[in-house]
Amino acid sequence: MGISRRKFLGWFGGLSATAATAATSAIAGSNHHFKGHPDTMGVLHDINRCIGCRKCEEACNTVNELPKPEKPFDDLSVLDQKRRTHADVYTVVNQFQQGKEKVHVKKQCNHCMEPACASACFVKAFKKMPNGSVVYDESVCVGCRYCMIACPFNIPAYDYDSVLSPKVTKCTLCHPRVQKGLLPGCVEACPKEALIYGNRKELIKIARKRINKHPDQYIDHIYGEHEMGGTSWLYISGTPFSEIGMREDLGVKSAPELTSGPLSAVPIVVGLWPVLLTGVYAISKRKDKVAEEEKAEAVKAAENVAEEHLKNQIAKLKLEATKEKEAAIKKEVTKALEEAAKEAEKKAEAKAAEAAPEKKEDE
Amino acid sequence: MMERTSRISLRPMMTPFNVMLGIILAIGCVLTVLRFTGGLSVVTNLDDNNPWGIWIGFDLLCGVALAAGGYTTSAACYIFGLKRYHSAVRPAILTAFLGYALVVFALHYDVGRPWRLPFPIFWQQGTTSLLFEVGLCVFLYLTVLFIEFTPAAFEWLGFSKLREKILKLTILLTIFGVVLSTLHQSSLGALYTIVPSKLHPLWYSGYLPVYFFISSMFAGLSMVIFEGSLAHKYLHHKMDETHLRESEGVVLGFGKAASFIMAGYVAIKVIGLAVDNSWHYLFTGYGAWFLLELIGFVALPSFVYAIGVREKNIRLIQRTALWSVLGIVLNRFNISLIAFNWQLPTSERYFPSWMEIGVSLFIVAIGIVVYRFITANMPILYEHPDYRSEH
Repeated sequence: MGISRRKFLGWFGGLSATAATAATSAIAGSNHHFKGHPDTMGVLHDINRCIGCRKCEEACNTVNELPKPEKPFDDLSVLDQKRRTHADVYTVVNQFQQGKEKVHVKKQCNHCMEPACASACFVKAFKKMPNGSVVYDESVCVGCRYCMIACPFNIPAYDYDSVLSPKVTKCTLCHPRVQKGLLPGCVEACPKEALIYGNRKELIKIARKRINKHPDQYIDHIYGEHEMGGTSWLYISGTPFSEIGMREDLGVKSAPELTSGPLSAVPIVVGLWPVLLTGVYAISKRKDKVAEEEKAEAVKAAENVAEEHLKNQIAKLKLEATKEKEAAIKKEVTKALEEAAKEAEKKAEAKAAEAAPEKKEDE
Repeated sequence: MMERTSRISLRPMMTPFNVMLGIILAIGCVLTVLRFTGGLSVVTNLDDNNPWGIWIGFDLLCGVALAAGGYTTSAACYIFGLKRYHSAVRPAILTAFLGYALVVFALHYDVGRPWRLPFPIFWQQGTTSLLFEVGLCVFLYLTVLFIEFTPAAFEWLGFSKLREKILKLTILLTIFGVVLSTLHQSSLGALYTIVPSKLHPLWYSGYLPVYFFISSMFAGLSMVIFEGSLAHKYLHHKMDETHLRESEGVVLGFGKAASFIMAGYVAIKVIGLAVDNSWHYLFTGYGAWFLLELIGFVALPSFVYAIGVREKNIRLIQRTALWSVLGIVLNRFNISLIAFNWQLPTSERYFPSWMEIGVSLFIVAIGIVVYRFITANMPILYEHPDYRSEH
């Protein structure tokens, strides 16, 4: 018991330490602000340039060696339906009718600066790499799917059909290719340069420049610069983002910031609760003890009083009894004397004179 | 001779309820085979937008909340020194132990690779996750509950020395149990603090962990009352004089406590609305549903509990207990299923498949069978004659 308790406390000590050193400090008095890894890379998606050709989807499918879909990638009729990522689809292009124009938006993992999935995973299967990729380690995944609950962009998908090795899937920002010095598959395939891969800070500058140069063509907002604490993928568009399937009500707080409050309460509860509860226990026990003592005392006092009372009563009774006895004896003696006198008077019956003293002795 | 006795003992078992139980168990076995040979997609309606269904919403969230009777009752008796509730402790601990064991059992159906469930605890700890905290606490608390339950089993088996040793740990285990319960009951609510964009603002709050913890208290108290009423109906013959004498006091005391805590819970829920300034949502459809939950299933039962206690109306308190339990189920369903993903179009929302419901019923049925076996054989509702004079 002792060991598991100590271990337990140790774990929570570790927990609080991790919460403090991780990207976001557990509330505490710190004003530290994590701005992301310095050289984090990203992709700028210029929605105005996207023509919905699905070349990026095709490239993604090829480089990730995913199963080919039923309809080929050059079949653009799939754009008529709103789609999301799935176990074997890491990216999709959606089409939105804006007046007479058609707007196309690519959707995939945004590779958050402080990812909700990584923060939510209880076995650390997700990791934000210094180069910007959020990667997933299948070998430890339990399949609880809390990452999918946590992701504000609804990106991670699950292999519900697999019995023995279901896994979470999502875009890796082509981490393996990038490490080999190659571009992400989608970026390489894009014929219109609607996707640019580069240092995130530079991408923000480029985006800002485009917006400033053509204020009539772009909304003055870089989507992903601050959303959910910032993402490696950035978007600029001429259409309001909320009209093309991108939520603008996500806020700028990163996922770890949202949970740091409850997490920071954990060590405090572990520290204070036992003290408080032991105190309550001690108080109630002490109360019981005092009550018991008082009860014993009261009983004793009552006993004493009763005893005294009893004694008096007995003494009184004894006294009365002796008095009564004396009186009775007196009475009997007088009676006997009288009788004796009577007897004496009856001299004629002298033969029975012996009975009177015998009777007297009996009493 | 043997045949005859077995035939006689079999007959009273064929009640309609038992037949139902048997059917549910049989179907459950088939569904289990389907789940572990065909994968989640064969038995569930889960999809990429709705990764958590009723196996989390009911089996985990409701299961843990309704098993809170263990920590509330043992804390009342041992820590707060309310010895008059002593006879309620064992049934409450047993239910809690079974409840948590079944929660863990149910998780094996829900997670993709159940054989890896120990990973987060022993292999690689994701300490930034609230789910890690839930997992660790549930694991530790299940162990605590198991140890707290063993004295009854030891009395049954006749291991009196072991029993004595465990009993010496009572206070330590109780305090540990309350700490762990505080942590994981609240953390189940805190799981949802990461999704302000998916959970309806009326249910989303920074206070979610507090709401879950406080509501678990009256969930536990109500469950002890409700379960006690069932036990009185069906296991009356198993109860000894002490249990029968004390049971009325348990109902009155727990009803009173639940009434107070529920009133406090309503107050903090209203404070939550004020803090987030979510008043205007009250006038929407979700608002009506929210008010139904808060007024119809918390405020009203709290009030009726109070009436029941004042008039010493045991029947009324017992019915209110069921009402409150349903309120807890409604609350957990709202947070995990109904108000979750509220912005998605109806076509992308989740509704459980009959097979998911079947598995949940299967798990409840297992709980009932095991509960009956244990109460029939072990000193739960009565004191073992050898140890009667001890306290």
